[in-house]
Amino acid sequence: MDLLAHLSLGFETALTPVNLLYCFVGVLLGTLVGVLPGIGPTATIAMLLPITFSFEPVTALIMLAGIYYGAQYGGSTTAILINLPGESSSAVTAIDGYQMARKGQAGPALATAALGSFFAGTVATFILVLAAPPLARAALSFGPPEYFSLIVLGLVASIALAHGSILKALAMIVLGLLLGMVGQDIYTGTPRFTFGFFELYSGINFVSVAVGIFGVAEILRNLETETTRDVMVKRVSNLWLTGEQFRRIAAPVLRGTALGSALGVLPGGGHVLSSFASYSIEKRVAKNPAEFGHGAIEGVAGPESANNAAAQTSFIPLLTLGIPAHPVMALMIGAFIIQGITPGPNVINDQPALFWGIIVSMWVGNLMLVLLNLPLIGLWVKLLTVPYRVLFPAIVIFASVGCYAIASNNFDVYGIALFGILGYVLVKLGCEPAPLLLGFVLGPLLEEHLRRAMILSRGDPTIFVTRPISAVLLALSVAALIVAVLPSVRRKRDEVFVEED
Amino acid sequence: MRFATLTAAALALSSAAAVAQDYPTGPITIVVPFSAGGPTDTVTRLVAEPMSKTLGQQIVVQNVGGAGGTLGATQVAKAAPDGYTLLLHHIGMSTAPSLYPDLAFDPAADFAPIGLVTSVPMTIIARKDFPPNTLEELIAYVKENADTVTYANAGIGAASHLCGMLFMSAIDVELVTVPYQGTGPAMTDLIGGQVDFMCDQTTNTTGQIHGGEVKAYAVTSPERLDSLPDLPTTAEAGLPDFTLGIWHGLYAPAGTPQEALDKLNAALKTAVADPNVATRFAELGTAPATAEEATPEALATTLTEQIALWKPLIEAAGAKAQ
Repeated sequence: MDLLAHLSLGFETALTPVNLLYCFVGVLLGTLVGVLPGIGPTATIAMLLPITFSFEPVTALIMLAGIYYGAQYGGSTTAILINLPGESSSAVTAIDGYQMARKGQAGPALATAALGSFFAGTVATFILVLAAPPLARAALSFGPPEYFSLIVLGLVASIALAHGSILKALAMIVLGLLLGMVGQDIYTGTPRFTFGFFELYSGINFVSVAVGIFGVAEILRNLETETTRDVMVKRVSNLWLTGEQFRRIAAPVLRGTALGSALGVLPGGGHVLSSFASYSIEKRVAKNPAEFGHGAIEGVAGPESANNAAAQTSFIPLLTLGIPAHPVMALMIGAFIIQGITPGPNVINDQPALFWGIIVSMWVGNLMLVLLNLPLIGLWVKLLTVPYRVLFPAIVIFASVGCYAIASNNFDVYGIALFGILGYVLVKLGCEPAPLLLGFVLGPLLEEHLRRAMILSRGDPTIFVTRPISAVLLALSVAALIVAVLPSVRRKRDEVFVEED
Repeated sequence: MRFATLTAAALALSSAAAVAQDYPTGPITIVVPFSAGGPTDTVTRLVAEPMSKTLGQQIVVQNVGGAGGTLGATQVAKAAPDGYTLLLHHIGMSTAPSLYPDLAFDPAADFAPIGLVTSVPMTIIARKDFPPNTLEELIAYVKENADTVTYANAGIGAASHLCGMLFMSAIDVELVTVPYQGTGPAMTDLIGGQVDFMCDQTTNTTGQIHGGEVKAYAVTSPERLDSLPDLPTTAEAGLPDFTLGIWHGLYAPAGTPQEALDKLNAALKTAVADPNVATRFAELGTAPATAEEATPEALATTLTEQIALWKPLIEAAGAKAQ
């Protein structure tokens, strides 16, 4: 009965006109900044924090939360339409989503993203309602060794991200790992690969890399010839899913939701893994894995659901323990503090209206998002008919402005240009950007957790096998590797990884 | 030709004077050398609001994070000294010269101090099931188990890193330090029982202390705090010479006209005397600077003293950012 009382309190709070209004403002803003390349939710929330000073605490947090998960919706739009992911999660969507768009399937791809996200958001919100405190407690049993082993498993599984040569995919992961090394070593403070530039001490900005290597590289490639540019524009066909497509996305959406909900709870990097992991799983269970990388709808449905589920459940550590899972959550802590609320385990008891109001508002916000986004699909698809001489400069300008707004660091803007050129060279060499991005994102996490685990164990590497969760995860990684090299499955693997042409 | 140059120079001079008299005529930027939403950012936004009312101009808070706060500070050190670009930095201003030998600015020479803003106390906390129950027990336990106890900090130069160095030097023990990227992940592992203890600002720890997620031993301020009345001070709990506050100061680039500095200082004084600011600061477990502290002289003294305090500690600990 407690649950019903909590929910009704939540609905009472979330459904007041002013909260509904700001929830809508939040998700609308979120969708917009998600769609605009470069300007992500982190920059937007940072810029809007001072405005929320004058709001009621619950209203302010409902709006800020709306911006965050709204941006997860919007981010997939640019990833699909113009191959421009604003976040690591949408980088995965870009792989098959953009290929679908090039084949005139932008409408179904966008609809899949919206529906998958809504379903995942709904399920994840219920998980928040039912089990937030025990889940947060369980997530705490993940220490540095467990995170290290989880990321190893993620990296091993993600070789599936590549649809070309495995060797090139491995090279890209290593290049990504190296790029991720740039900056100050957090354990000793020693700068690495910074060439004396203080601007590089905090490392290379993710948005610079993603926008450059995906978006700008794609623009450069498009500029090569007049003919290839017109292909996708003229072939925008249906805007909605066919029955066949509905059938194809059902299972990936369910799997993605489950995976994302589980990984999102882990504050040490689970959120980042969710969409990559979902993509790998979908490719492995697919009847026709060769289609992945060439516009497989499952490759959009799974990761998008996983990503949105993780976005919702990543609020669990924040709301129940006051600890942030990623930079956006750290900003939310700032928002709590500015509102005079100390984020921590007491929020749920001291401010029940706030706690349950925010959670219920997330479901309301997800509903608003799907209602907002489905009719917009037609509009977004029309965006593809914007002449390139207008669209390309606009993309580059928005991306540069957004990137600069994050930390007012010129180097982030130079990075876009540099990685744009690098991305173009890689495309020409037949190397894919997704594994690079994965290495870039996971590399620093891998190193951080490995070294922290070794410090905690006083240099004893057996810590990774004596802790049960870590041991299981490593065993799974080994199993995944064995499956990959066993001759009996070798033929099947070749089918999975080698391009058919 | 010479006449023209002289006239131009005279015009430039008179307009500079006029600029200072009318100051401020446009929006003022306060650079926070850390990311938005962090404790320093919160402190800045809380004082920027009333300062903006006094000055009659908008104050924009710009977050220039990176390299332990030195990036943002460098940017302000090189900014035009016209009173329109200011820096709000914390104790890191005094540790940067020791931590970063290649620092691009001199904290004392390249800045004109405006005043102290606040000093945020620290709390010494541990995982819930850590055996010691008082600060004295903690000191004894740490000394006895120096080879197994772990201390978490939020990264090189972070408040928790400084507090750890000071604590280890005070009780003369070397411990294994586990650095994290920010207080959030460090707190996660402390609550999860992966590390043993840490020392961080009340802004980051009060919620978890009230929630019973961590064990608290002492607060590092000279007086007990209203927000944590049951927590003894370090002096009461057995470490008489150990006090530490994460002091925050407001600076302009050196060479800023005196008129502008005076107006900014007056605005800062009004802001720290504002009861609303006091209420908000109290919720963070801190208090605004007093009228005597919110002066250029007090900030200059604090800065000089603190640079001298940290230099030997940081050298002894062998901590270098390059």
